[in-house]
Amino acid sequence: MAVVEVRISLPYKGKDPTEIAEKIKEKFPDEVVDVTNFRDQVSVIVKKGRIVDICRYLHDDPLLLFDHLQDLCGVDYHAKKDPRFEVVYNLYSIRHHHKIRIRAQVPENDPNIRTVTAIWVGANWHERECFDMFGIVFKGHPDLRRILLPEDWEGHPLRKDYPLKGPEPEKDWHGFIEVLNRSKELKEYEWEE
Amino acid sequence: MLIDTSTVGLIQVEEGTKILPPNVIITTFDKIINWGRLSSIWPTTFGLACCAIEMMAAGAAHYDFDRFGIIFRGSPRQSDCLIVAGTVTKKMAPVVRRVYDQIPEPRYVVAMGSCACTGGIFRTYNTVQGCDTFLPVDVYVPGCPPRPETLIEGMMKLQEKIRKEQARWSPWR
Repeated sequence: MAVVEVRISLPYKGKDPTEIAEKIKEKFPDEVVDVTNFRDQVSVIVKKGRIVDICRYLHDDPLLLFDHLQDLCGVDYHAKKDPRFEVVYNLYSIRHHHKIRIRAQVPENDPNIRTVTAIWVGANWHERECFDMFGIVFKGHPDLRRILLPEDWEGHPLRKDYPLKGPEPEKDWHGFIEVLNRSKELKEYEWEE
Repeated sequence: MLIDTSTVGLIQVEEGTKILPPNVIITTFDKIINWGRLSSIWPTTFGLACCAIEMMAAGAAHYDFDRFGIIFRGSPRQSDCLIVAGTVTKKMAPVVRRVYDQIPEPRYVVAMGSCACTGGIFRTYNTVQGCDTFLPVDVYVPGCPPRPETLIEGMMKLQEKIRKEQARWSPWR
């Protein structure tokens, strides 16, 4: 049987992430705090003030064209870094096949940042999750409610100072306490064997 | 025509069941009703997490729950049994309890998988540490997730339990 050689032309890899980081630094010199590189994954750490402008630039610039927000999440650097929180934007360009990570610093007292839902509609639920888990308020968000936990849950469980095993049994979410009480009440009506 | 029992005689086919040929069977209500009930356990179609995938596999053609008379029923009001298949979160606990409350008596609960039995690996803020905190569980099926064979064994344990019951089906219990 004849061996057929198949040549696959690799897709155009787009810009090098360090180059993109340089472009951001050039455009917003006062906003970029630091640029880190871990195994060719480049993060640009920025201040939160002009995050919408930075994202708008990354989204609209024809050479960058970051049209896909892969993920948006929060980080808590409790007792490790100041400012305490970071909001991480993982961006990808479907046209150019390049990526960059933007990390916006958010302080501990009054944690808030502007929303990017006007740029990527998909940021909506990600920002709600970030609010749910870290308590970071996204200003201008169209519908900032908790997304995973019950709406009247107290606290933000992915914060490092939140107890891992959850609140004490008597301070538990009232809906669960109601279920426990109801199961006690209805026990007398069970058909015992 | 009256049958002369002195000439035919009752034949004991097993403990507590006698046959008078050709077609008279003498047994207890318990025996025949329990037999009927254990041969037609209808669990509610209700899954919570990955265990539900194994439960579906047990119900599908390869493992075939139907041969035990176990048919998933789409409404809790017409089922006998609740298989808690998966992690019960605190947000989901009121829903699980409501499904259970809608099942008419006599009813049974099978806790399927480590999470439903004890909370499993999730000793966290949002996981209920075992569905027996708010449900009376009859059979615990351990595993993460348990294989369909394990769930079948669990259901057979439930059948054994029903077989031994005395007049639980009746108002004179």
